[in-house]
Amino acid sequence: MSANLAALGYLVAAVCFILALRGLSHPRTARPGNVIGMAGMALAILVTLATLPQPSVLAYGLIIIGIALGGTIGYLVAERIQMTAMPQLVAAFHSLVGLAAVFVAAAALLSPADFHILRPDGAIKTASLLEMGLGTIVGAITFTGSVIAWGKLQARFPRHIEERIPEPVLAVFRLFMRSAPILLPGRHLINAALAAAILVLLAVFMASESGWVFTLMTLLAFALGVLLIIPIGGADMPVVISMLNSYSGWAAAGIGFTLNNPMLIITGALVGSSGAILSYIMCRAMNRSFISVILGGFGESAAAAAEEGEKSVKQGSPEDAAFLMENAQKVIVVPGYGMAVAQAQHAVRELFDTLTKKGVEVKFAIHPVAGRMPGHMNVLLAEANIPYDVVFELEDINNEFQTADVAYVIGANDITNPAAKEDPGSPIYGMPVLDVEKAKAVIFVKRSLAPGYAGIDNPLFYRDNTMMVFGDAKKVTEEIVRSLDP
Amino acid sequence: MEAVDPGIINLIIFVLAIFVGYYVVWSVTPALHTPLMSVTNAISSVIIVGGLIATGAGGGFGLANLFGLLAVILASVNIFGGFRVTARMLAMFKKRS
Repeated sequence: MSANLAALGYLVAAVCFILALRGLSHPRTARPGNVIGMAGMALAILVTLATLPQPSVLAYGLIIIGIALGGTIGYLVAERIQMTAMPQLVAAFHSLVGLAAVFVAAAALLSPADFHILRPDGAIKTASLLEMGLGTIVGAITFTGSVIAWGKLQARFPRHIEERIPEPVLAVFRLFMRSAPILLPGRHLINAALAAAILVLLAVFMASESGWVFTLMTLLAFALGVLLIIPIGGADMPVVISMLNSYSGWAAAGIGFTLNNPMLIITGALVGSSGAILSYIMCRAMNRSFISVILGGFGESAAAAAEEGEKSVKQGSPEDAAFLMENAQKVIVVPGYGMAVAQAQHAVRELFDTLTKKGVEVKFAIHPVAGRMPGHMNVLLAEANIPYDVVFELEDINNEFQTADVAYVIGANDITNPAAKEDPGSPIYGMPVLDVEKAKAVIFVKRSLAPGYAGIDNPLFYRDNTMMVFGDAKKVTEEIVRSLDP
Repeated sequence: MEAVDPGIINLIIFVLAIFVGYYVVWSVTPALHTPLMSVTNAISSVIIVGGLIATGAGGGFGLANLFGLLAVILASVNIFGGFRVTARMLAMFKKRS
């Protein structure tokens, strides 16, 4: 296959990837889009195999084994993963892209001739060293950063796995898997020094082509990835996971420059800008700057800020909630991370069915940062078979709370907090929130009165039209459904 | 005028692709942001191309080939896993029947 033909094949693959993303503008076009993406990937792999610089039986054999091994693992994991665990899975996948980028860059350094990056005098092109170095640094940060993000999202291993891990090792895992921020003294200084050291090593590497410098630079980048993510708290993970998504794209683009492969550059740029846009959307939904999220430390004073006072709450039972819903014309359900933790989405679906059968209009309101990753709630509701045309984004449904009889808030807190609108002193002031208090009645399902992630009290709990139902989101919802049945 | 360096052409492609990405991604419906992440995950694993070249480098099996093979395995996990999990999620999004 000629180089020109190969380049055209890569172009088609790149267009397939663009179409795959374009398809996601609507659920109906998304499924064929995904298939087009797969076709693009298959084409890219076939073109590369047909143009290997030194094809050999050994090489093809290894490649087939590698793809079969990795592909089987990936397929089985994807097939079995629970939808509530999707944020962890995506973080884990990001880490693999990062590590693969590091391996490719290292291989290019070891056999530059096969990557066509040699100058006529036998040295590696300076530009290639820069691209390779940058790809490695970003890839390494993506790798360890994503591993830490995975740990924070996973929080703990299933019991049967924990039992097999020796106690000292488990203690280390527990330390890094806490979703609370880990704040080292002088961490900004440490990170800045580490980043500076990495850049100095990059310059030395470009001048010397030394494998040792490359290795040291990679190790420091691994360390930086860990240090960058540990100070960031669990509920900021929607931003972190989007940012790592973006990094994995830039790493791929960096490798694309090294390989002089426009398709890889295009794909990397697509993924890089996708992650950057998602990070921006998440930050906007929390009214926080990207920098303040990245610097971390938010929410470390959780609970401390909440003043326990004489304010009284109105507490109700699931039967009371059922009574309110039964007599409502319109119920808006507001799901949050608590719904995912309790795996309550199927119970919510039963509630939706029962109420709909009784002639009650039920809609769902999704805040962009509800859950632990962009779109997390939508996937869980879809998994429970709730049709997507009753699920609405914040700006599309916020006006409707004033005409709703009941707002049913399940496992969400900060995203409904009116302090964001009314109290300029609140840490979340200015954050767009769902106007649940405008509904005639607000039913909150919560485990306790503990404040949300931002560590601030929610004045909504103490309002006259609010009823608190304490308990597990799934159990409470199931009991409401039982009480509804005639 | 001398010929344009291929590196510059790559840079041009890179910048234009960022613009394409910007407009395409803003048109993605927020309801599908999770599948967007998983599918971008899968397609960024096209970095496997580098792994394939490295696995076949030099026709033998040295450290470069080992790194290449590892990259192929990791990227394959992502490709198959990413597309499969995206397909699983997209299959769940249904309209009211």
